[in-house]
Amino acid sequence: MGFMKALRCRECGREYPKKALHVCEYCFGPLEVVYEYEEIKKHLSREVIEKRPQNMWRYRELLPIDGEPSVGREVGFTPLIRARNLEKALGVKELYIKNDAVNYPTLSFKDRVVSVAISRAKEMGFSVVSCASTGNLANSVAANAAACGMESYVFIPFDLEPTKIVGTLVYGAKVVGIRGTYDEVNRLCSEIAGKYGWAFVNINIRPYYAEGSKTFGFEIVEQLGWRLPKHTVVPMAGGSLITKVWKAYNEFYKLGLVDNIDAKVYGAQATGCAPIVTAVKKGKELIEPVIPNTIAKSLAIGNPADGYYSAKTIRESGGWAEDVSDEEIVEAIKLLAETEGIFTETAGGVTLGVTKKLIEQGRIPRDESIVVSITGNGLKTQEALHGKLEAVPTINASLKDFDELVKKMDEKYAMEG
Amino acid sequence: MKRRVYLTYPKELIKEPLIYEVGQRFRVVTNIRQACVSDTIGLVALELEGSEEEIDKAIQFFTDKGVKVEPIELDIIE
Repeated sequence: MGFMKALRCRECGREYPKKALHVCEYCFGPLEVVYEYEEIKKHLSREVIEKRPQNMWRYRELLPIDGEPSVGREVGFTPLIRARNLEKALGVKELYIKNDAVNYPTLSFKDRVVSVAISRAKEMGFSVVSCASTGNLANSVAANAAACGMESYVFIPFDLEPTKIVGTLVYGAKVVGIRGTYDEVNRLCSEIAGKYGWAFVNINIRPYYAEGSKTFGFEIVEQLGWRLPKHTVVPMAGGSLITKVWKAYNEFYKLGLVDNIDAKVYGAQATGCAPIVTAVKKGKELIEPVIPNTIAKSLAIGNPADGYYSAKTIRESGGWAEDVSDEEIVEAIKLLAETEGIFTETAGGVTLGVTKKLIEQGRIPRDESIVVSITGNGLKTQEALHGKLEAVPTINASLKDFDELVKKMDEKYAMEG
Repeated sequence: MKRRVYLTYPKELIKEPLIYEVGQRFRVVTNIRQACVSDTIGLVALELEGSEEEIDKAIQFFTDKGVKVEPIELDIIE
């Protein structure tokens, strides 16, 4: 038995039944899940949660399904690491990495949202799930659909690199390439979602799908010993994750699981696609769409669906937003790998790069707790580092050659100090 | 069928009665649900009702005129 009450319009507040709806019939505002918090309060406590298995369903009263999850029981509860080497490198006192680069099963935070979306779709009677994606979302939909015996359709731009498709095709998903500009492909996907009776995870199932992101925030709080970090830096693509991390913090406060809501959230984008950051910096409500041009492909959404709400969330929390160049992204990927042994995808480079910038600007104080959100695995975006790392020296199979190489390397390091 | 879109008018098209024209030229019912028009930009949330073919023609007309037409879900390729 779930505690989901209804869907409610974020704009006009009208309520709708818990069906596959995502937009208010009156004002076209997006719909969001609301819960019976008073009832949840009676059932949920720190002790109850701590006794449950270590996956994201330990917060199931706050997730939008009525029955049991049908897929993704092992998703979540990824490590929150105290990053002591990175603390030294950045000159800060208390820094953590929330590492969804090792989320199960497809190595990105998307497994959280997709397993909620598919579980909900299944209990609503859908047999086909679908999405439009160029990367992590496609992988996750294909894998999770396969795992619960559902058919999946994944739409991609026709010119997507073949290597990007392997991690989707392998699960038996039906992948369809669409010719056209980004806008044309995007519009067609929305039309397909309207016409075919499928569960399109980020369209008609979006209110449920997006709620899965809250578990990223819940876990941070629990893993920190039931306290909020003072500063949380989150990457922004469509902008949903940052709003849900903030919602997670607020729900825990509302339920009495934490004592205060003394936290700020910060949004990170690449300079080549920073519509939300621009709105925050200029103090504008309207998000002006951009044409993306960045190596951070998983964040390259020019007209973000939750742009308005993410900027509002940042303002409400007292946080800020910043962007970093492609060079800074690569530097940050290397920094995280070299200090903490974590290989993140480009989005993680954006988040760490922005964290560094915000610390240097003095917006994030050096002596307060900071969490950096790493949402995807570096093995998926290796092309971003081609030509950016040290060339590999090659020697003949001779010990003498190796002795010489070691000598040369020692000299080089001595020169570099 | 019905289709819901956001129209973004550039500055130079704000004074053009394009929604009226669409209603005259094609067999579609236009229904404005939200709008925000300033002297620099126009944003309209519009529902179009008619046959798939007529709706496609109406959207093409807006696009040809220079209006950006997007699904109300905005960018959904994640």
